Amino acid sequence: MAADAHATTLGLDHRKLAMWTFLGSEFLFFGAFVATFLLYVTTTAGGPGVEIFDIPFTSISSFVLLMSSLTMVLAHNAHRQGDLRRMRLWILATAGQGAVFLGGQVFEFTVFVKEGLVLTRSPFASSFYVLTGFHGVHVFVGILLLLSLYSLSLTGKVKKDQDLKTEMIGLYWHFVDIIWVVIFTVVYLIPEIAVG
Amino acid sequence: MSSTTTPKLRPTKETGVLSWLATTDHKRIGILYFFTTLVFFFLGGVESGFIRLQLAQAEQSVISEDLYNQIFTMHGITMVFLVVMPLSAAFFNYLIPLMIGARDVAFPRLNAFSYWVYLFGGIFLYSSFFLGGAPAGSWVGYAPLHATEGMSMGFYAIGIQILGLSSLAAAVNFITTILNMRAPGMTFMRMPVFIWMALVTNFLLLFAIPVIAVALFMLQFDTLYGGQFFQPGSGGDPILYQHLFWLFGHPEVYIMILPAMGIVSEILPVGSRKPLFGYAAVVFAGAAIGFIGFGVWAHHMFTSAIGPVARSAFALSTMFIAVPTGIKVFNWVFTMWGGKIRFTTPMLFSVGFVSMFVIGGLSGVTHAIVPHNAQQHDTYYVVAHFHYVLFGGALFGLIAGIYFWFPKVTGKLMSEKLGKWHFWTWLLGFNLTFGPMHMSGLLGQPRRTAVLPGELGATVELYNLLSSLGVIVLTGSALVFLYNLITSIKRGEASGDDPWNARTLEWMTPSPTPSVNFYRIPTITHRDEFWHRKYAEDESGKPVSIPAGASDDHDSDGDDDHAEEHIHMPDPSLWPFVMCLAFFPIAYGMLYFNPWLFALGALWLVVGYFLWITEPLAEGDDDDPEDADDHAAVGAAAH
Amino acid sequence: MRDRVTMRPPTRRRRPLHLLILALLALGLSACGDAEQNALLPAGPYAQEPHDLIIPVAIIALVVFVLVQGLIIYSSWRYRERADDDGSLPEQVHGNTRLEIVWTVIPALILAAIAVPTVQGIFSQMAEPDDDFMTIEVIGHRWWFEYYYPDHDIYTANEMVIPANTPVRLQMTATDPARDASQGVIHSFWVPRLAGKQDLVPGQTTFLNLQADEPGRFLGMCAEYCGLSHANMRIRVEALDDGDWQAWVDNQTSPATVPDEGTLEARGRELYGDLGDRQACASCHQVWEGDGSRSPGQGPDLTHLMSRQEFAGAIHDLDAENLRAWLADPESMKAMNYELDGIGMPNLNLTDDELDALVAYLLALD
Repeated sequence: MAADAHATTLGLDHRKLAMWTFLGSEFLFFGAFVATFLLYVTTTAGGPGVEIFDIPFTSISSFVLLMSSLTMVLAHNAHRQGDLRRMRLWILATAGQGAVFLGGQVFEFTVFVKEGLVLTRSPFASSFYVLTGFHGVHVFVGILLLLSLYSLSLTGKVKKDQDLKTEMIGLYWHFVDIIWVVIFTVVYLIPEIAVG
Repeated sequence: MSSTTTPKLRPTKETGVLSWLATTDHKRIGILYFFTTLVFFFLGGVESGFIRLQLAQAEQSVISEDLYNQIFTMHGITMVFLVVMPLSAAFFNYLIPLMIGARDVAFPRLNAFSYWVYLFGGIFLYSSFFLGGAPAGSWVGYAPLHATEGMSMGFYAIGIQILGLSSLAAAVNFITTILNMRAPGMTFMRMPVFIWMALVTNFLLLFAIPVIAVALFMLQFDTLYGGQFFQPGSGGDPILYQHLFWLFGHPEVYIMILPAMGIVSEILPVGSRKPLFGYAAVVFAGAAIGFIGFGVWAHHMFTSAIGPVARSAFALSTMFIAVPTGIKVFNWVFTMWGGKIRFTTPMLFSVGFVSMFVIGGLSGVTHAIVPHNAQQHDTYYVVAHFHYVLFGGALFGLIAGIYFWFPKVTGKLMSEKLGKWHFWTWLLGFNLTFGPMHMSGLLGQPRRTAVLPGELGATVELYNLLSSLGVIVLTGSALVFLYNLITSIKRGEASGDDPWNARTLEWMTPSPTPSVNFYRIPTITHRDEFWHRKYAEDESGKPVSIPAGASDDHDSDGDDDHAEEHIHMPDPSLWPFVMCLAFFPIAYGMLYFNPWLFALGALWLVVGYFLWITEPLAEGDDDDPEDADDHAAVGAAAH
Repeated sequence: MRDRVTMRPPTRRRRPLHLLILALLALGLSACGDAEQNALLPAGPYAQEPHDLIIPVAIIALVVFVLVQGLIIYSSWRYRERADDDGSLPEQVHGNTRLEIVWTVIPALILAAIAVPTVQGIFSQMAEPDDDFMTIEVIGHRWWFEYYYPDHDIYTANEMVIPANTPVRLQMTATDPARDASQGVIHSFWVPRLAGKQDLVPGQTTFLNLQADEPGRFLGMCAEYCGLSHANMRIRVEALDDGDWQAWVDNQTSPATVPDEGTLEARGRELYGDLGDRQACASCHQVWEGDGSRSPGQGPDLTHLMSRQEFAGAIHDLDAENLRAWLADPESMKAMNYELDGIGMPNLNLTDDELDALVAYLLALD
């Protein structure tokens, strides 16, 4: 719908404007959770604290998620050039990396629970699980979006000239990645360095 | 629209229940919001009746303390989340596209989604009365009391979360609509003040809703799943909840009042037959209120566990926000100054709004005197204050809007005689109910007590009795309004297209509004565009009427050469309704910690979403259904 | 489950309707109330300061109120459309920058002038008193206030006794019913004639200064909604002159009266310590008879119960009839739901004989 962009007041497609607006809201959502975590970073009630984090492991899964942003860009690029086959390939790669990240998160949670860090253990535990859990939910929704894009392009519902759709999902995906960069830094790295 | 010859790809009925379930027309969604709000207003009113009955005399117990606590909690939740906010949304829905010269909102199906989520969220909240008891933790739901109230407060956390989702979706939709769908020539400084206030309100929602969402999720985890966010036993901080709640809660106050301010800013110039005094000042004051509104939240916590530095800082910001509020009031008054005022019912309610809001604003300034706030806080003085702002303010403004735009929606006038009865009894009943509360609060009566303590003395008892009598007056007044509304819908006097000699775009269209809104999208050259199409200025600058027909002052269909031949309107869709039903299994699944029920709801949501995005267009001329929504919005240019 | 039916106790003081008519007459005399919970009648410096601050603000607000409402009414009347109107439009004024500046700057200046004493007041209200002051620890429970006097090792409930003309600094927190922070909700301590209110937060300590200039009895209430029986959580502050205060301290620091053997009271004392398979009173309520240190139970300290005038969150007069009704069926006297949440006083299913003995014992605890 190239014509639409000219018809709107700001010259932006509605969906893009709406996505930016929505992501603005999402920043506050995660901002409030991150602030809560920072408040409770040492409030462990005698239970496990930040020392429980396995930085090398989480670094790897973070790296995977970060790389998925690259494949997302490649997918959008391919779509823009009208190469749906290549676009689908990159989409699958992106979703796959997202799934690896989620798998890593599930594994990490399982290990933490075995070590006694359960949701009900302390404010630290609650804020850690709920913050990273909601991020995980966002990744999961992103994977669903990617898979729907993949299958709709297979059935011809998503066409060559509709690269805006890939761009939109890409916007969301990059946002989720950026949030993870913040979480990884603020939740994992800095406290680990500070606490020791 | 769809015809009978094309295959039935989308719901096509234009009348009947199904047509309402499937509607994506912003006007019909606005009407749905309006009538739903009336139902919840009735429920909230009944609750206030019980409250005033219980407190009419000291030491009496008409209902048990437990039931009283449920009822005052639900009264607050209902009036805030199920009445004032959605009633504003009703106006946003109906008026935003009309006032900016568009055919619909940016995302018509998302708009329907917002409505159904609101309705189902309200039903979910009210189902608590039949499922073990309604929330009894007050509308602020403070931690850690919240967690000890168990299941009933689960309804609170989940129910308000759902309502927040509705508001968030609507905010994204309206912001996109206002920013991106204005008619050619409608620059920001030509937008009607109501549109400005709608824009500010929706930005407030956009940034406030995620914060309350976080607070509510934490409450949900604490209350239902053993979370430790606000549990002091393990080091959790109950004050954190207060910060998060009020970081949402104070902008929420402006979310409720700004739409009414916008409405009044439209009605006062029409009633005075003068342009709004200081348009730019009113707009910037509104934006400033919205902006500063995020920096005053802790003035709800002056007696909480916060230190003197925080108390001082928030006292200053609170005083500061009074300045733009004052600017607005003076501009409204000077809009009337020098005019030729016709006191129609909408005008009466608008003037009533300004007058009552001033009282609420002044008592608000006294809250900023922190040492004395310690006396006022959580007393009936505060109850009086926020009712003067939200009832005397927001509700008066919204009612003014109902009378004002009723002819636009129905093509009929509401009875002026009954309207005047409604206004004067409403004004009397309102002041009788809430005026005495200022005094009873200062004389020592705290809020949220299920019993009026006799030890407060006979004077306080008398004030409470007066308040209770006021509710009787208000009830009678509300019945007058309801009777007026129903009879006017049925057999009101025909209004014509422009009964008030109005100024803004929506009155250029025929009344009731045709489904396409505008047969031709107008090009805007002035603020108050419609007015400038009706009046020109002579040499001395005096406005003179332009003879009818001499300019494009009407948007008519049919024989007009310029009328667009094919206007593509958004197709109806059932999927928003069907998809939103998923929120019931999701909500009850979370409440009763039933993963299967929750999974069912989640699956339903995902399936509904796929059906939504793959839905074909009725006309079959575009196999990219997602673009359909935009299609209508920019219909003129796309074809 | 949540069907917590509570009946209003028969002993509560009901005020007949005709009193309201009397009050209507009183209304003409003064806005000030006739009760001891009136925020407009400060009785000590910590209530006086906010009062002195709000009065000028109220006067300014009143002036603004009259001005703006006057403007509204005047322009409504003056610029109404007349019957003989010629139909022409009024002058189309779009605004006036000078006026805009005036009504921006003047309110800003007024507010700035108010802000200075406000900030001063915030700090002086919260600072430790300059003179020698007495500390009382306040613990908010659902639904009663407990007081501990660390200087004298005194525990009491609901009714706080203080020496007149002496600054008192309350050191406050909230727990219930176990004495750790794991349970408890926010309350607020408010005795309007002596000071503004301050919340009590579980797990945290807050402070409030108050002082009574003259001896007297001052009323207050919990002012932060704290659940089911929030309305039944009252406060009394009894300010005594020096002699009475010393007598009160002497009485409170002495051990409880132990009744003579063989009396009904003595039987009550036995039951207090042992109710068979039912929970004994002593498991929650302390009666200190001089041995060991004083340590509070979950419920109010009863060592000198009869030195107080009211009980059960200070909603009932402390007399034989009320005590008996309370012991027989606490939930008929005050909204509670012990079965559900373990908060409040349980129904111990006492027999008539047991009631007689326990009431007799309690009445002897002076």
